[in-house]
Amino acid sequence: MKDIRIFESTSGGPSAYEPELTRRSFLRTGAAAVGGMAALAAALSPLRELTSDEIPDFDQFLQKHYKEMTPAEMELALERIRRKVEDRYAVRPHLRDLKPMEGVEFVYALNLSRCIGCRKCVHACVAENNQSRSPEIQYIRVIEMPRGTLDVEKGNHHYDRPEVPDANHFYLPVQCHQCANPPCVKVCPVEATWQEADGITVIDYDWCIGCRYCEAACPYWARRFNFAKPNLPKEQLNPNMSYLSNRPREKGVMEKCHFCLHRTREGRMPACVEICPTGARKFGNVLDPKSEVSEILRTKRVFVLKEEVGTLPRFFYYFDERYPNTLDPEALAIADRLKAEEGDAYGCLPGAAGPRKDFVAAAQPEWWNGGHA
Amino acid sequence: MRTYLTFLYRCFRLSFVGDRRYYAWMFLLTVFVLLGINAYCKQLVHGLATTGMTDQVSWGFYIANFTFLVGMAAAAVMLVIPVYIYRNRELHDLVIFGELFAVAAIIMAMLFVTVDLGRPDRFHHLLLRFNFPVSMLTWDVLVLNGYLLLNLHICGYLIYCAYRRRTPSKVFYIPFVFVAIVWAVSIHTVTAFLYSGLGGRPFWNSAVVAPRFLASAFAAGPAFLILSLAVLDKFTSYRVSAKAFMTLRNTVAIALSISMFLLGSEAFTEFYTDSAHVASAKYLFFGLHGRSGLVPWIWTAIGLNLVAMLLLYLPISRKLPVLMVACVMLIVGIWIEKGMGMIVPAFIPTPLGEIVEYLPTMNETLVTLGIWAGGLLIYTILVRVTIPVLTGRLTHDQAFSAASRELPAGAALEKEAHA
Repeated sequence: MKDIRIFESTSGGPSAYEPELTRRSFLRTGAAAVGGMAALAAALSPLRELTSDEIPDFDQFLQKHYKEMTPAEMELALERIRRKVEDRYAVRPHLRDLKPMEGVEFVYALNLSRCIGCRKCVHACVAENNQSRSPEIQYIRVIEMPRGTLDVEKGNHHYDRPEVPDANHFYLPVQCHQCANPPCVKVCPVEATWQEADGITVIDYDWCIGCRYCEAACPYWARRFNFAKPNLPKEQLNPNMSYLSNRPREKGVMEKCHFCLHRTREGRMPACVEICPTGARKFGNVLDPKSEVSEILRTKRVFVLKEEVGTLPRFFYYFDERYPNTLDPEALAIADRLKAEEGDAYGCLPGAAGPRKDFVAAAQPEWWNGGHA
Repeated sequence: MRTYLTFLYRCFRLSFVGDRRYYAWMFLLTVFVLLGINAYCKQLVHGLATTGMTDQVSWGFYIANFTFLVGMAAAAVMLVIPVYIYRNRELHDLVIFGELFAVAAIIMAMLFVTVDLGRPDRFHHLLLRFNFPVSMLTWDVLVLNGYLLLNLHICGYLIYCAYRRRTPSKVFYIPFVFVAIVWAVSIHTVTAFLYSGLGGRPFWNSAVVAPRFLASAFAAGPAFLILSLAVLDKFTSYRVSAKAFMTLRNTVAIALSISMFLLGSEAFTEFYTDSAHVASAKYLFFGLHGRSGLVPWIWTAIGLNLVAMLLLYLPISRKLPVLMVACVMLIVGIWIEKGMGMIVPAFIPTPLGEIVEYLPTMNETLVTLGIWAGGLLIYTILVRVTIPVLTGRLTHDQAFSAASRELPAGAALEKEAHA
């Protein structure tokens, strides 16, 4: 009870709540304050490891939302990003802000009878879009499915055998379906993600606050989060980039497939379409009746995944009616040729995107150690 | 104005005064707060990779605790209703303790959302482009902040009136109390809608989530108050009547029963239908494809809740120690059920059928403990300041020393820290 004395008053006057300051109480309070401050400083000490590169500078802090920037402000932002990329990767990027083209709505179609599960699309996407390599972020997941079902829970995500494609399975690649009614856009609290006029749902990486609500909302598991600082070796940087697609991301923001809009808005094909050795992947403008995707939608029995969730995907699948029980023999022949040519390097390996913990430990400081409480 | 500043200053001084148990308790909490700050700094530097979360299970411990705490905050209303609508005098003063806890719980809930953000440095983007009314998260931001202000106003006004020896003017607080009652229901409803509105997560996509959240909150909240009032009754000059404890006991028993009933309804619908939707529930209760990380959690929760419910309906829980044991059990049970049992299984399996399990890491656990310790620190200070004012020991025309002789809530609160 001695402690109380320091707060006792010398008189009952109006300033009675003013404690009497004795030397002892002064020393005691002082020691407690100094001790507390030292403990707080020690607690805050990990912040010293933040590099100046990671702390947003003033311009970035004040940068407006994508839709609010004037062309001049956008040019300033682009220049700032170019400088940053140059500092970090020693490459001057070809960075611009590409807008949707008039009269274009992109649609994807995928011929499941021709997919041989080689995962070349997965790796071409990573090479094109400047994802973090460790931990590796992949936008495309290929699922090995038993025949006779479309229930993804029966599929295998981590198939890794030489006999791919397997005769009793088909291969189901899934990426962002660019839904016309996207639940991820609806839930974002800060409008950091939205659907563009050409149907592509994009993310402003400089606006995302990293709450991961969109990731919870997506029925196709198409969104990815930068749990750690992206790790992209300098020599693997793709310098052809745009603001809303493949410019390098930062720690703590979402990303996802954007139909390679830095290519497709300039009339080129997405990287996954270009690499596909069997031509299973088709991409184009659905508003153009002469496009290949329009032809497919008119003539094939296409379907979408999880139609019941009502998201209206722009990503259609179909099987070739000529081959009800097998993969397209032409595609199988291509698979055989690739296996012969590439040997062990045949690209059906999943890459580094297994469950994150298996490899992230290497990139983590010692104290983290993947240790569970 | 000057009197008001003096009041705040005195409250500030008072929070540093107490006996040895008080200092020990506050010291312990401060240590955990500092450990939490330290862990959070590590998270800021290395990213959310320091947590157990993955792209597969993208929300974990933080959001689980957030959900639980929003419920605890909402439950303060359970005390307000009998007092102002049914004019139950026994609970009158206790309402203030409930609302003080609501303040602490809301602050904790907000901290849990903040530490879950990948880019807390962009928090101001919420002010610049607020996706209202489309995003349920923006509703949550509004209702939580509104609820915090309402409760701060109601408690602050009543306590300041007691300090000035004035009778509170009804115009200044009764309308706010009624708004707060509706508001309390809204905060937990909106939090439930965050989850139940997602068509891509069948485990959450159920109309019973909001009623379940409310029922379990109205059990856990008053149970926490029973514990803290028992501590106040033992360690301070503040007396709590046996009748007040019994009213709270009835509330807890009924709310817990409704909560268990709703859990049963959910389980029946999932398992009897046995459609593709059942995968997450199967994983939670029995394990799926040999993975069963959450099975021990949920059965512990159900066991604790059933035993607590039994105790609450037996006359033996009229004895305070037994009642307290039942309360601790059901708080832990509901914390598990709403956290690891409600948030995590919705991510397992993923929408593409992959099974990746989740466990919080050490760093994540330290951040979580830090926030809990911070919340209890705030609650302890609020209660420590309030008691001398309510018991007339600290008023504007009195010397400070009289108030500081009051014994504050002591180290026995520690029990609650584990709950």
